[in-house]
Amino acid sequence: MLKVSGIDVFYGDLQVLWDVSFEIKQGEILVLVGANGAGKSTTLKTISGLLKPARGSIEFQGIYLDQLKADQVISHGVVHVPEARRLFREMTVEENLIMGSLAPEAKKKRADTLEWVYELFPRMKERRKQVAGTMSGGEQQMCAIGRGLMALPKVLMFDEPSLGLSPILVQEVFEIAKRINKEGVTVLLVEQNVRQTLTFCDRAYVLENGRIVLHGTGKELLNDVHVREAYLGI
Amino acid sequence: MAIFFQTIVAGLLKGGLYALIGIGMTLIMGVMGIINLAHGQMMMLAMYITFILNQVGLDPYLSLFVAMPSLFIIGVLIQKYFLNPLIKVETILPQNMVLMTVGIGMAMTEIVRFVFKSDYKYVKTSYSSSTFFLGGISFNVPLVIAFFIAVLFTIIMFWFLNRTDLGRSIRATAQDKDAATLMGVNTGRITVITMGLGAALVAAAGTLLAPVYYIFPDIGSPFTTKAFIITILGGLGSTVGAIFGGVTLGMAESLGATYLGMQYEDIVGLVIFIMVLLFLPGGFKRLTKV
Repeated sequence: MLKVSGIDVFYGDLQVLWDVSFEIKQGEILVLVGANGAGKSTTLKTISGLLKPARGSIEFQGIYLDQLKADQVISHGVVHVPEARRLFREMTVEENLIMGSLAPEAKKKRADTLEWVYELFPRMKERRKQVAGTMSGGEQQMCAIGRGLMALPKVLMFDEPSLGLSPILVQEVFEIAKRINKEGVTVLLVEQNVRQTLTFCDRAYVLENGRIVLHGTGKELLNDVHVREAYLGI
Repeated sequence: MAIFFQTIVAGLLKGGLYALIGIGMTLIMGVMGIINLAHGQMMMLAMYITFILNQVGLDPYLSLFVAMPSLFIIGVLIQKYFLNPLIKVETILPQNMVLMTVGIGMAMTEIVRFVFKSDYKYVKTSYSSSTFFLGGISFNVPLVIAFFIAVLFTIIMFWFLNRTDLGRSIRATAQDKDAATLMGVNTGRITVITMGLGAALVAAAGTLLAPVYYIFPDIGSPFTTKAFIITILGGLGSTVGAIFGGVTLGMAESLGATYLGMQYEDIVGLVIFIMVLLFLPGGFKRLTKV
């Protein structure tokens, strides 16, 4: 469904991704795990167009996303929920959600989608007039996910949604990811939280120093010697 | 006591117009992260447009319909061809965009001086100096009209920024540019529109002030200073703050002129400016949070 082929990405002169290739299949939950600085966020930023690959391509349903301007990617249904939420802090929750539905298609269904998001996150409905920056971390994460859903995503990419959340909330966020996936949205999840994500994903890729070093189903990787040593500490 | 109320009324009327100047400045500040040091000069251009149209017999209030769109276009062109190209060159610091606005302001002043000479022009209307009385306080008619038009534009701006997708996109870009891009906002286009809007708002202020001010090429720079003070008073990037800042400056000038003497009018504003920087850095925004 979404195919990343051999991308090299630079920050100025510094190369961060080396020949990274992977594929997301329709309807699955795919996880990209790796340590801090391995290039996970960079990969997502490149898919959503904030960074441009020096080499390689990113194809989604016949469209080359790397050829598009960053602000056009979302209208094709590839939606990025950025690291650290990045809400519009001085806007209300509802305004933040509305900002997710600017593309013509999403705008037409705005009222219905808003109802759906409020059903998924009753908390957001209670807080819809509250200024987003004043909410707790967990609530902000839900708002950020809701904002992504407002765009009617085909692929929803989460960048470290567990960052800065308590273990219970982390569990909740992963439950939400699963629920969204059941609603028919393909999920790409980027995480440092290796053990938990590998247990519920369909497939996973391991990123080390900007290169893909391993891939397989969640179960396979949980039993992999290298993964166990490097990430699970067993 | 009558003098006091008279002073307050005069300050409030002027403050309404200052708010209009400040909102344009603060929008630009919020989205581009720069101070537009050609803001007053843009206003000066609008005043000259009003003057020319008045020569051919158009009422200044009708010339709003010409001055505002003209300045919108000028603002768009400035952003697109003079400021945005600077962002693309990585070696150029963003501060250099501010220097560019200084240059643009100078060029505007000198071009106008070249065309119209330095002498004072004024817009002739039948009501320029007419007043009416209410409870013993005199109201200058053009200033009252200007005040209400300024309030109307302010309300329209609030509606636009809070209730339309384009307005929300402007605020979103000011708050988090990358996140706005991810949501599908073309932030380059937003900067261009914002500069156009800022220019159109200050143009409205210029046209509204034209019947009560002398018009000359150098009138721009004191208003750039005022716009800067208003923005600092209100808190950079805050629209509500700009209104507070505008009214505060108007009041301060008015009170200063009455109780300290005409020559101290500008000093009061500057003293408040320094006080705010010292004791309330961040301006009224710190208090109102919007």
